[in-house]
Amino acid sequence: MLRLTRISKSFAGVRALDQVTLEARAGEVHALMGENGAGKSTLMKILSGLIVPDEGAISIDGEELMMTDPRDAQRRGIAMIHQELSPVPDRTVAENIFLGKEPCYPGTGFVNRGAERRAARALLERLHIDIDVRTRMRDLSLARQQLVEIAKAVSYDPRIIIMDEPTSALAVREAEHLFALIRELATRGAIIIYISHKMDEVFRLADTITVLRDGRTIDSRPARDFTADTLITAMVGRELAARYPKEEILPGRVSLEVSGTGVHFVAREGEILGFAGLMGAGRTELVESLFGLRPFDGGEIRIDGARVLIRKPVDAIGAGMALLTEDRKLQGLNLKGTVKTNTSLASLAGYCYAGGWLRPRMEDQAVDHMLQYTRVKTTGRHQPVSGLSGGNQQKVLLARWLLTGPRILLLDEPTRGVDVGAKAEIYALIGELVRQRKTVIVLSSELPELLGICDRILVMRGGRITASFDRADFSQEAILSAAMNE
Amino acid sequence: MKTTPNHLFQRYGIYGVLVLLVIVLAIVSPVFLTGANIINILRQVAVNGIIAVGMTLVIITGGIDLSSGSLLALSAVVATSLAHPGGHGAGLAVAAGIGVGLAMGTVNGVLIARQRLPPFIVTLGMMTAARGLALVYTSGRPVIDLSEGYDRIGGGYLLGIPVPVIVFAGVAVLGGALLHGTRFGRYVYAIGGNELAARVSGVGTRGILIRVYALSGALAGLAGIVLSSRVMSGSPSTGVGYELDAIAAVVIGGTALSGGTGRIAGTIAGALIIGVMNNGLDLLNVSSYWQQVAKGVIIILALLLDKTSSREK
Repeated sequence: MLRLTRISKSFAGVRALDQVTLEARAGEVHALMGENGAGKSTLMKILSGLIVPDEGAISIDGEELMMTDPRDAQRRGIAMIHQELSPVPDRTVAENIFLGKEPCYPGTGFVNRGAERRAARALLERLHIDIDVRTRMRDLSLARQQLVEIAKAVSYDPRIIIMDEPTSALAVREAEHLFALIRELATRGAIIIYISHKMDEVFRLADTITVLRDGRTIDSRPARDFTADTLITAMVGRELAARYPKEEILPGRVSLEVSGTGVHFVAREGEILGFAGLMGAGRTELVESLFGLRPFDGGEIRIDGARVLIRKPVDAIGAGMALLTEDRKLQGLNLKGTVKTNTSLASLAGYCYAGGWLRPRMEDQAVDHMLQYTRVKTTGRHQPVSGLSGGNQQKVLLARWLLTGPRILLLDEPTRGVDVGAKAEIYALIGELVRQRKTVIVLSSELPELLGICDRILVMRGGRITASFDRADFSQEAILSAAMNE
Repeated sequence: MKTTPNHLFQRYGIYGVLVLLVIVLAIVSPVFLTGANIINILRQVAVNGIIAVGMTLVIITGGIDLSSGSLLALSAVVATSLAHPGGHGAGLAVAAGIGVGLAMGTVNGVLIARQRLPPFIVTLGMMTAARGLALVYTSGRPVIDLSEGYDRIGGGYLLGIPVPVIVFAGVAVLGGALLHGTRFGRYVYAIGGNELAARVSGVGTRGILIRVYALSGALAGLAGIVLSSRVMSGSPSTGVGYELDAIAAVVIGGTALSGGTGRIAGTIAGALIIGVMNNGLDLLNVSSYWQQVAKGVIIILALLLDKTSSREK
């Protein structure tokens, strides 16, 4: 029996967890549900020893644990399978599984590779995973790497296994395999803590569901006591309409026309156009092509009816486009820079004398004005951007793009990893932009978000646009079925 | 809120170290603080300092330039070969020396930016190849017998200040202005911080990178002219390991090898620390063998210092 009692944790004064309590019995699959920013990840990081809570207690079978290090958790039989994998790509499956606990010839530091292979093979066999242990990790698909990662966790013979969105990279058949594995582990007496956004999975697998919202435990009951509706209400806590205030703005004339293989669409001034689809449906690739980050083979882009040739991002910016990228840290921020240098990066040419000499006062004024407009909470423009919260970092990136004076904004997952308050501010900002007759294209994997803010939703699957819905015809089921292969 | 003692130390500590070093040496050696000795130090620092300014830009982009010492030699032999007495004037020699550094630096930049080859390997190759070219060009013999105009670059004075020191100061000021006052400089930081993000934001990252390596090559060429003119010969085997001294100055000056941060002023302080230390140890009659040990220890201390002060949060 695992018990987390009144766990609280604050980061830089912001309360991430507030007296959270969770109980899980041996042999059960315990789903942890909640929106992004609800505190799931923080809670699981505490359970796996990565973060020390401010207050509260963790106990297993009545024995209280003090964990200050992931190794403490490992010793206590707690294993975590992360959303992002961490394999050593050029080593074999067997070597990855036994990383850090290689079987050695007695008394020497030499690895007994034969024993390692045999043990790995036995482990995979026991888990019914059909992978040659001599394969290099690099040569496996993401899904199969995931299975190896799970086998690695199981090799510690853990009592508690935490899985954070384990199916996000898996195809349906591979996910089935994973579910069978999870069931089996539970039958053998392990506690599985399962984090997922996918309702159907949770209802199939979970014995118990705990819902977190804004860092608090909202509900914790047997899964059969929930319906999809009550679960959503528990997670969201308020009606959709209240979360996504939408002003009626009549879209105007066509500003953007795109035609390429399988993708033909137009977007209008004052319109919020959504793109829905599963992971890997090609949405990010599409906007990256529009923005000159990858070739748009055979594609044609027209802005205000005139054909534009975009071969690199600077062309797109010149044509009045802006792209808020999906991954804030990878493609967006210079985490070594300040709020100011990050904000002005895309529009620096506007604050220069001839020859490229900067005009510091002009730049500072523009940056300060835009930071205020996008309501970035910062101690000043010289603050390192790494010190801002996710929501404020996202607003810095929005400020960066707004300074380029774009007419067409491509927003890829604009609220990913952003807390509830900042989300509302970003929606308000998007509303303000369409009121100024800008065109906003939003890509999101959160369907409720698209349903809430968009005028129209296009659905992508396999790199093609497969359906289009006007706001009057929005339906979660229809959009989902268009996104999946049916 | 962010001006904790550690932060202050991280940002200004290196200047404190320099001042401390100067004070200590002034106390233990009566000769140290004389005008002649200070001029002497500055003249010795000039060559390394000129290279280190270019190296700072390269390292801020997250790269490295190992070819500086060899490009210095190549520039030295090309320039001196054009500076024979009665031959062409010094102007052509200077232009050719800088030009050859610029051209080779551009080759580095193109390979790194367009072919996406790792800077370490590209410039390692250039280091070997350029040294070879210098040897081929001179058949391995130093070029001596230089014109009087060329001599004056390394040996002359302007208003009582040695010309190499003036060149160094000019390079430092221009380098600082370029890095801290222009769009180009801002992009250099942006590339080192997150190249992909810079590209998405419309920065022509390739062009910037090429120019950074070209500049580093040109400055190595300039250093080659200053050095060859000071010693009055262009030797193909000169400048071996100078790139490492420049990297040391940059690193001691607080620029991280991972890129994205750093300042020219720090690099100048780093170069001065190395120069002052060498000079001080000379004055104290410490053997050059021990001086080498001391230099190594200082580099590592600087890194340790940087690491402990940036680990605070």
